[in-house]
Parts: sequence; structure tokens; C-alpha cells
Amino acid sequence: MMRGWTAVYYREILILRRRLSRLVSAWSVSPLLYLIAFGYAMGRDITIEGHSYIEFLIPGLAAMASMTQAFAISSEINIARFYWHIFEEFQAAPISNAAYVLGEVLAGITRALLAGGVILILGALFGVRLSYNGFFWLAYLLNSLVFASLAVGLAMLVKSHADQSLLNSFIITPMAFLGGTFFPIEHLPGWAQKVLLLLPLTHAAKAVRAAAFGAVPQASHFLLLGALGGLAFGFAILTVNRARD
Amino acid sequence: MIRIENLQKNYGKVAALRGIDLSVAGGELFAYLGPNGAGKTTTIRILTGVTRLSAGKAWLNHHDIEKETLAAKRQYGLVPQHINLDSELTVYENLHIHGRLHHMPRSVIAPRIDTLLGYIELDPKRDTLIKKLSGGMKRRVMIARALLHAPGILFLDEPTVGLDATIRRRIWALIKKIQQDGVTIFLTTHYIEEAEFLAQRVAFIDEGKIVALDTPRNLMTGIGTWAMDHFESDQMHTRYFSSQAEARQYAAGHQNGFAVRRVNLEDAFLKMTGKKVQ
Repeated sequence: MMRGWTAVYYREILILRRRLSRLVSAWSVSPLLYLIAFGYAMGRDITIEGHSYIEFLIPGLAAMASMTQAFAISSEINIARFYWHIFEEFQAAPISNAAYVLGEVLAGITRALLAGGVILILGALFGVRLSYNGFFWLAYLLNSLVFASLAVGLAMLVKSHADQSLLNSFIITPMAFLGGTFFPIEHLPGWAQKVLLLLPLTHAAKAVRAAAFGAVPQASHFLLLGALGGLAFGFAILTVNRARD
Repeated sequence: MIRIENLQKNYGKVAALRGIDLSVAGGELFAYLGPNGAGKTTTIRILTGVTRLSAGKAWLNHHDIEKETLAAKRQYGLVPQHINLDSELTVYENLHIHGRLHHMPRSVIAPRIDTLLGYIELDPKRDTLIKKLSGGMKRRVMIARALLHAPGILFLDEPTVGLDATIRRRIWALIKKIQQDGVTIFLTTHYIEEAEFLAQRVAFIDEGKIVALDTPRNLMTGIGTWAMDHFESDQMHTRYFSSQAEARQYAAGHQNGFAVRRVNLEDAFLKMTGKKVQ
């Protein structure tokens, strides 16, 4: 059932490798600016939960990268689909929809892991030492799974590359700013916290941050992200057929 | 072999295919000729699983394309109308990915790529990025890619569109060579001479329906063997004759510009549909 996923993944990795130097530069710019502006300049005298603001910020930026970079695979799929017509090569190949989705989702996760690595290196350059333990990476991977799967599913549903930009503007960007990346959601009113707890990124940020601070994250974060990841993966498989016109 | 029964495709209220029936024998080179928008590409997209059919049935080497989708997909290679190679990857990488998509063992992929690059005379370009190749070279790579997993059927959707005459003839020679190796070829084209030169049988498709299906010779001789084009009352008129002498005799009575020539498939298509292919 999953035969052929390695070919899909291999293609994405070859392209990623060819663009790696450009991508690493691109992945560095925003986090670097956030670290300089919010972490180093504005947040110098701010302490949150007993940690400096820059220590608070690094896990948040990592969680955000696990979302944005995993989701970025949708743009790659759309370019391959609408501009280069490469998606037809996959449609015509004797591989199942599940195999296609697995290859693309793993490519999204790989991309997210690399981008996360860049943030941790930048953090180290700013003198931030945190605990990047198993819980940290588990939360990171699960959040990447959620958003890479959503990315594949939505990439199959959109009708043009312009629709894709709308998804970024209305879903990803608001979530990036409100999902606990830059501030603890506990600073917001109760009703707002309840709303933000519906976002996967909020749980990812909490789990990643708790792990980075050396605590054991709540199991509920992992369960929720795992369940959402499974649902999103299933959704992606179902949508591949809809891409046949 | 390819068998299609009552194939239909609707896009909303627009009927792109309106009941196609045809059968292509193993090893045959079959051309599907029609103007843009006639339904040629839609037929290929359905047969190759890229587009869903609305009604009807189709089999590729006895595998039902809807019920045995993966088995049917193993039967063919596809050269689509658009260049759909990864421009950021090399020739070798593009071919290698295709081999893996078709579950070929890595030990088999490499020598097969070597053979095919020799076949399409692009061995020196194996490590060249696709974006650095000419249009004709890209087409040849696409043909090599479609043949990589040694399919029994090859779908060629407008394989020479946009290429100059010299390159087009080179691709024709390659297509003939592939057919001689026993591959069944289903070719769509709107180039008259391509269908005439290559195909053993030709189907004329117009507005989603097959309007004629026969050998090129039978389709052409059905209307005569010679044609005379002449310009009269601001319009081009064509008359058909059974011999050149007859055509010349008729032409002698015309003062204005005229041309006497052999009948071609375009004439047959025009006679049957009232339209030109191109």
C-alpha cells in the first residue's frame, strides 16, 4: 500500500538539497530579526516564568518553524501541480494515494526539522542554552506532522496558487502570532485562552517550551497533536483523489 | 492493447467526450487526430488516471482503469503535452525518480537509464540540469522516462508540439523505432503529416466524438487522390479528383491562383467535419 513513497520523498529531498544554501539563508532571516528585535533589544529586561525573554522566545520560534516550514510543502506541491505539471507524473505512477501523501508529509517534516535546527543554532549564537531532549523533538515532530499533512490536503483542494497565499494569510500567519510563540497565552483573558487552546500550535509551543525548560510536558499536548496529525494525514489521503479533474 | 467503450467526460454541463469506442491492437501505432479542444488530451488523461471518467469503461492490456487502477498504470508510459520534468534536477535524477515511482530495483534502474540515454542520443547530457536543455532534448528525455519501466503501451500527447521541423522528424524516427520494438503507441496530434507518416490507423475526433476511424490511406482515398485548391469569391475552395490529369484539366479553366496537390488527411477531416484540424 505504501510502495513508492520513497520516490516521492527522494524527489523532494533532491530539490531541497539543491536549494539548501538559499533555504538556510531564508530560514535564518525572520528568526534572526525576532531574536534581535524582541529577544535582545526589547526583551532584555523581561523575565517570563523565571526565564529571560530570549529563552522564552527560542522554543516558541522553534514551534512556529515546525508549523510554517512543514506547511510550506503545500507551496512546493502547488508549484509542481499548477506550473510545472510534475504532479501528473505522480498521478500517472502506480503508487497509492497514501504512498504519495507519506512521501510529501515526510518531506515537509524534514524541511521543518532543518529549519528548526537553524533556529537552535541561532539561539546558541545568542548564548541561549536549553534542553533539546526527546520530549522537545517529539512535540516538534508531531506538530510538523499535523501541518505537513494539512499542507498536502489543502494543496490538493486549492484551485490556484493564489488560493494558497490566502491560506497562509488567514490561517498560518495569525496562528504564528497567537499560538504562544511570542507571549504566554495565560496573559490573555480566559475566553481568549480557550479559543487559542483550539490551535495545534498553542499545544506545540507549550510542549516544546516545557521540554526546553527541562520539565515534562503535559501528555495531553502530545495526545492532541498525535490525534490531529492522524486526522490530517487521513484527510490528505482522501483529498488526493479530488485533485483528479 | 487498449479497449475503450462508450467513454464520456463532462466538465459541468460541457461534454468533453461524448461516447468514445475504440480498440488499439498490441504493437499498433494509432493516431488520434483532431483540432484543439476536440477531446484528444482528455482521452489520454482518463486512460492514464490523471482525470476521472464520467461514464464508460476502458482497459489497458485487459486491466480495467477504474477497478484495477494500479495494475493498469503499470502497463503504460506517458509523455504528456506539457514538459513536466523537474527543471532543477538533472536528466539522470529525473529518470531515476521515475524508475523508483515504478518500483524498479535500483540495480536495474541505472543500466536501463544508460541504455535509454543511448537510445535517445543524450548520453552526454545525463548530468545536465533539465533547465539547460533545448525543447527537443526535453521531449526526448520525456520519451526515455516514459519507456524506462519498459511499458507495453506508450501514450504520446502531442509529442512534437512547438518543435521545429528538423527536431520533429528526429522524434518521429524515435517513435517508429519504439514501435518496431513492439510497443503499442497511442499518439494524439494535430499535425497532419505526423499522423500520416507514423500511424497505421487514424481516428478523427471532433467535439468529443470519433467521426472516422481507418488507415490513413483509406481515409484519404475515400475522397479522391488529388486535390485542387483555388481562390474564388474571397474564399478558398478545394475540389477532389481521382487522378492528377483530371485535376489539371479542371484547373486549366481557372484564371486565378490555384494549386494541384495530393490529398492529405486534412482534406479527409475537412470533408467529414467541415473544419480544419489546425
